[in-house]
Amino acid sequence: MRAEPSVLPLHLSGVGFRHGGQALLSDVDLCVPRGALTIILGPNGAGKSLLLRLAHGLLEPSEGRVEWAFAAPRRRHAMVFQKPVLLRRSTLANVTHALALAGVPRGRRKAEALAALDRVGLSALADRSARVLSGGEQQRLALARATASRPDVLFLDEPCAALDPAATRAIEDIVRALHAEGTAIVMTTHDLGQARRLARDVVFLNRGRIVENAPAEEFFAAPQSPQAAAFLRGDLVW
Amino acid sequence: MVKRFLMAMMAVLIAAPALVQAQAQAQDRFITVASTTSTEQSGLFKHLLPRFTDATGIEVRVVAVGTGQALRLGENGDADVVFVHDTKSEEKFVAEGFGVDRRPVMYNDFVLVGPTADPAGIKGGKDVAAALATVAKAGAPFASRGDDSGTHKAEKRLWTASGVTPSAPWYRETGSGMGPTLNMAAGIGAYALTDRGTWLNFKNRQDLAILVEGDRRLANPYGVMLVNPARHAHVKEADARAFIDWLTGPVGQDAIASYTINGEQLFFPDAKATN
Amino acid sequence: MTETPSAFAAAIDLVLSLDPELGSIVALSLRVTLSAVAIACVIGLPLGAALALYRFPGRQVVVTLSAALMGLPPVVAGLALYLLLSRAGPLGSWGLLFTPTAMIVAQTILVLPIIITLTRQVVEDLWGEVGDQLRSLGSSRSRAIPTLLWDGRLSLLSGVLAGFGRASAEVGAVLIVGGNIAGVTRTMTTAIALETSRGDLALALGLGMVLIVLTIALTASAQIIGALSRRLGV
Repeated sequence: MRAEPSVLPLHLSGVGFRHGGQALLSDVDLCVPRGALTIILGPNGAGKSLLLRLAHGLLEPSEGRVEWAFAAPRRRHAMVFQKPVLLRRSTLANVTHALALAGVPRGRRKAEALAALDRVGLSALADRSARVLSGGEQQRLALARATASRPDVLFLDEPCAALDPAATRAIEDIVRALHAEGTAIVMTTHDLGQARRLARDVVFLNRGRIVENAPAEEFFAAPQSPQAAAFLRGDLVW
Repeated sequence: MVKRFLMAMMAVLIAAPALVQAQAQAQDRFITVASTTSTEQSGLFKHLLPRFTDATGIEVRVVAVGTGQALRLGENGDADVVFVHDTKSEEKFVAEGFGVDRRPVMYNDFVLVGPTADPAGIKGGKDVAAALATVAKAGAPFASRGDDSGTHKAEKRLWTASGVTPSAPWYRETGSGMGPTLNMAAGIGAYALTDRGTWLNFKNRQDLAILVEGDRRLANPYGVMLVNPARHAHVKEADARAFIDWLTGPVGQDAIASYTINGEQLFFPDAKATN
Repeated sequence: MTETPSAFAAAIDLVLSLDPELGSIVALSLRVTLSAVAIACVIGLPLGAALALYRFPGRQVVVTLSAALMGLPPVVAGLALYLLLSRAGPLGSWGLLFTPTAMIVAQTILVLPIIITLTRQVVEDLWGEVGDQLRSLGSSRSRAIPTLLWDGRLSLLSGVLAGFGRASAEVGAVLIVGGNIAGVTRTMTTAIALETSRGDLALALGLGMVLIVLTIALTASAQIIGALSRRLGV
């Protein structure tokens, strides 16, 4: 566990987001405590990505509040996007750049970056140009970059959507390992299998509203809402 | 690794010319002389100026433009000395207080050139005004500088003397220097008025040849003036006067007379003449 | 064109004879143009990036103006600069007229709009791609500027080469503010102009060929750097 106080728990209260006159998200109340492994589930267009971006601070909510335990500096929470966006430089340089942004002194960057790459199994590719890595390797690099400065919570937006099963497995293993080390995880997915494999808590989102929020076993065994039930059956939901 | 090497190469590329140039710029003592393109193109300066610099250590930087622009540079104080060949404009320059101490330096002459086929039939004539009238009557193409230069002004005076006002389509004003105008004359087989110096150095003659020369109205006198230091305090008066004195003194005048192209003397020293 | 064979001969003659006058002309041309491009980059790269990333009132005017000035006729730029630097003008006391410095300033003015416009485009596109990710990592817009400039370096190189091409080819600006003084402000292009107007077309063309070869050499090296960079994934 980290020595510094955690920025968690994170509270979203009455959060909503409007765009072009439409309410894309409304009445979102959510709590992310320490040690959480929350999967946000829902059909496409439900607002899952939007919710993550609001929580991570990439967007400002139109209504409601996003509150951390205390004013959270950037590096205490990080995000991995569906499509990894890497800079035109070496694998290692991508991570040291992130560490530089996080304020890590120059002398320590290389060592910490190598450690981060090691945790995701990319040490051998440290000097390779990031752009020539495979999809799975790039996503692992994105993970290494996001977690290099040991954030308290990691947001992941459908990280495996574009990956093959082997790469997906690798990502899930890393996520589990991160959680075991104490990083809270908030992840969106539309892959039910993945949700079942990873979730501790499930937040079911439909048409911009949280329809259900329950511990994983309860949710999968006995969903409370008709939409969740339909979703679990594999029906289209609206 | 490769990156670093390539960056070093670029740095060398940028730095090297600067080093070469620094050497050339070491000379700090210089005057700026505004003169005309025809004088520059005659090659006179290349022959004359090194002698002055060797004798005095003063570098002479010549900005060669049209006469009108040379006088403008003098008016603005962008030159220390003005050395052109248009007596009327020079006198006006002094009268308006832009220049002082005007002195004649040398003269050369203009010649009327044209295609050897000579459609207007003026070859060998001794009266340039009559020749021009004949060209106008024949409607034969004539290329003029049309740029307010000394040569152009002389040309206009000759048209006045001929009693004809030249006009399009046979009369073409290029608005440019002697060289480009001769280029055009050579290209379309036109008549043109040019100073002998430019003509002797001109390499693109094609079918052109001298058709009329020797008329005393074709004389082209050059004058030198100091840009008025009272008007422009930064003028390098001492060094400029040294140049003017040298140019109109025995050494300079001899040097002018000794300049030849293909054995032919181009300019005739004139410093003692009164205007 | 009857001049062509003699032009080739003249060009080869010039180069082989290692004519010192030619050497000083070439050196001056390179010095003026490379300096102008370097200065334009120092000013234009961050400015173009800032233009891409920040929104402020009048931004669109600046963007349009910068694009329009890419087509500024060199002779107009030279004329405007002459009016400024002439002794009769506001900056006359600086005594910069008819010096290589004035020529560098003139060419910088010509190159700057190209650098700014192309940098803005590249950085804007890049920010669209990586902006969210950089913000996620905690980068402010200003902190992102050097990152984006470095990341877009291969595309930016094209802009720099375009700027170099424009400067090295122009004659109008350097002719007016430089004065084409032998040994002091005579560049390749002004020398070509001079020889053309003297009717020595063979020599003019010969000089032109030397200029073209030089330009090709410099451009090609830059392209090779770019290609190598891409190949090595650097």
